Amino acid sequence: MAVMDYMTTKKDELVGWIRKFSLFPYPFVTACCGMEFMAVSSTLYDTDRFGAALPRFTPRQADLLMVVGTISHKEAPILKKVYDQMCEPKWVMAFGACATSGGFYRNYGVLQGIDRVIPVDIYVPGCPPRPETVIDAIMMLQDRIAGDHHPILPAEQRGREPSHADKVFPIFPTADGVPPSQT
Amino acid sequence: MTGRAPLSFDAIEREFASLVERSSQSFGMPVLELRVENLLPLVTGLRDRFDFALFLDVTAVDYLERSPRFDLVYHFYSRRHNQRVRLKMPVPAERPVVPTLTGHYGSARYMEREVHDMYGIEFAGNGDLRPILLYDGFIGHPLRKDYPIEREQPVVPYRAG
Amino acid sequence: MNASPPISAHLDRSADGGNVVVNIGPSHPATHGTIQIVAELDGETVKRADVHCGFLHRGFEKEAEHHTYHKVIPYVDRLNYCSAMNNGFAYAEAVEKLLGIELTRRCIVIRTLLCEYNRIADHVTCVAASIMEMGAMTAFLYLMTVRDYIFEHLNHLTGARLTYSYVRIGGLARDLPEGWLTRLEEILVFTERYLERIHGLLDHNRIFIDRTRDVAVMTPEHALNWGFTGPTLRSTGIALDLRKDSPYLAYPELDFEVPVGIKGDNYDRYYVRMCEIDESIAMVRECVGLLSDGPVSVDDPRVTLPEKEAVYTEIEALIHHFKLVSQGIVVPPGEIYVSHETPNGELGFYLVSDGTSRPYKLHVRAPSFVHMGGMHTLLEGYEVADVVPTFGSMNMVGGECDR
Repeated sequence: MAVMDYMTTKKDELVGWIRKFSLFPYPFVTACCGMEFMAVSSTLYDTDRFGAALPRFTPRQADLLMVVGTISHKEAPILKKVYDQMCEPKWVMAFGACATSGGFYRNYGVLQGIDRVIPVDIYVPGCPPRPETVIDAIMMLQDRIAGDHHPILPAEQRGREPSHADKVFPIFPTADGVPPSQT
Repeated sequence: MTGRAPLSFDAIEREFASLVERSSQSFGMPVLELRVENLLPLVTGLRDRFDFALFLDVTAVDYLERSPRFDLVYHFYSRRHNQRVRLKMPVPAERPVVPTLTGHYGSARYMEREVHDMYGIEFAGNGDLRPILLYDGFIGHPLRKDYPIEREQPVVPYRAG
Repeated sequence: MNASPPISAHLDRSADGGNVVVNIGPSHPATHGTIQIVAELDGETVKRADVHCGFLHRGFEKEAEHHTYHKVIPYVDRLNYCSAMNNGFAYAEAVEKLLGIELTRRCIVIRTLLCEYNRIADHVTCVAASIMEMGAMTAFLYLMTVRDYIFEHLNHLTGARLTYSYVRIGGLARDLPEGWLTRLEEILVFTERYLERIHGLLDHNRIFIDRTRDVAVMTPEHALNWGFTGPTLRSTGIALDLRKDSPYLAYPELDFEVPVGIKGDNYDRYYVRMCEIDESIAMVRECVGLLSDGPVSVDDPRVTLPEKEAVYTEIEALIHHFKLVSQGIVVPPGEIYVSHETPNGELGFYLVSDGTSRPYKLHVRAPSFVHMGGMHTLLEGYEVADVVPTFGSMNMVGGECDR
């Protein structure tokens, strides 16, 4: 019904507004971009204005995975593990040229872009990116979150595809492995 | 500048003439070329006689067309004489085994692990030659000249699409 | 999904059945994201610690063998990225000595000035990160403000905030712009003011002293045995500083002291760094006084690009420019080891040239790597909560440690 669609849209707007202004980043910091991450979290370029300053150093409590710096092949399993441990909804920001595409390191040691192992929502170019670029990226991500569909009600959950997190970490698996939200 | 006793190049040459194949100077630094079997006595002598107590670095150079293939290069520093010295040792590719310096310097542990990782040179006596900059399952030694730079060995399978 | 850990822990099962094996890192805020410490704990005490590095191995040496000498400069910047100028100048000195180039006076003084300026930035970063990990957010934010002003100032000079690529073989990319020195003095005054606040917040702070005094104590012999250099070695009492012992650039003309510690614990390492910042501020001011007019790049056709007007009007200059940019500078065969006193310790470049335009071998003697080799000795016997301040006081920079 049209009224239900209108209510769903309003609900999505509200949830989108809440989620976009309460991002809990998990700063997966490895290299030089970490210095710019520290700068963008500090007083001169403040991410606290966007509600995204408080880092959660455990992936269980975070929803924005900021991959800051070069990811080597040795670090890639750790990145994958951290990503898998995060709960839905989650977003991934590839911060810097090395996370986006390997940067100017094209050799045996460097993963040529984190999107080879995890899905990425927003790429931030720069080596390292200026703090203004990062703020711009956070705002773009916020626009994306605001316009997204947020299926949080049980009625919406019924009948949808199990998410990646459901398949990987079923909390209450039933006898045939189907999560309760699907029954 | 600091009033420390300078170490003359001749003093080192005289002291270790029997252990050194060839000695030269490189931009003010004495360079001693020696064979593998003389490494431990020379290092012990440098440390005890001239106070080369700071082990700076060990690395290798790969001369692909030459035999012996590798040149192992050590750098030490003496506080008493404010002097650095370089040791160069040819190591054949068929039997890349050299004695370890972990008995002399604790810092040799990690540096020898790195040379083993990058070049495949074994350090006899260093019980811990696990990969340090690379990972378990990496095949080959990347800093050798015949390892192509773009050969990646990914650990996590790539996503589709 | 569960990818196996990239390296065997050596402590998978503890020898003493009652101990717990705890994994700290590598994705951990206190280990700067690239160090894994596998610690065997008996209650809260660390019985054995195994430090794993290499999670940021980016193949610097292999890349250097495949790039011309100028193209290596951005890679060199990203070694110790907190103080990129120091790395670049050490590398450039290695190449310049092989070429037999004498730098101009102005270049030498500006390089010294920037070395010390970057030292301030690096020590500020180290102190800020380590005290934030101990909980002192205010001091972290003060120091970040100082550092941000320095970054913006260097951005005005070089075009980049963090990884400058400002050095060139035989000189610098460009001269100091208008008004740069005035702003420099303003930033130094601002830094001094904020450092006073940091001293006020930390020096006699009961909590800070309890967490850092007599923690991770190092004797001078132990430090030398495990290869420590830089502020970590000087905190034990040994006054080993390349700027005094084997001076380079304009250091013979500067009047400065080398601060040393008494015990070699975390508090001494913090205090040595704070004293070095004060010394660096004085040195930067001295360098400003030593500045004289003149060119910044040496006029050597082997390395310096010709003037733009000549390139556009004369065919010889055009060919010369083309060869220098496409083929790169050609360095005569030889080998050299050059080491500078970077904020972390002795950073050495061992360069082997085979007479072509690419290094045959460029090895970096990284102080952070050697410090990580000896760090397990500083963790064993102390509490697990001491791991964080000890690690912070080492100033492990991943780009330099893993190269």
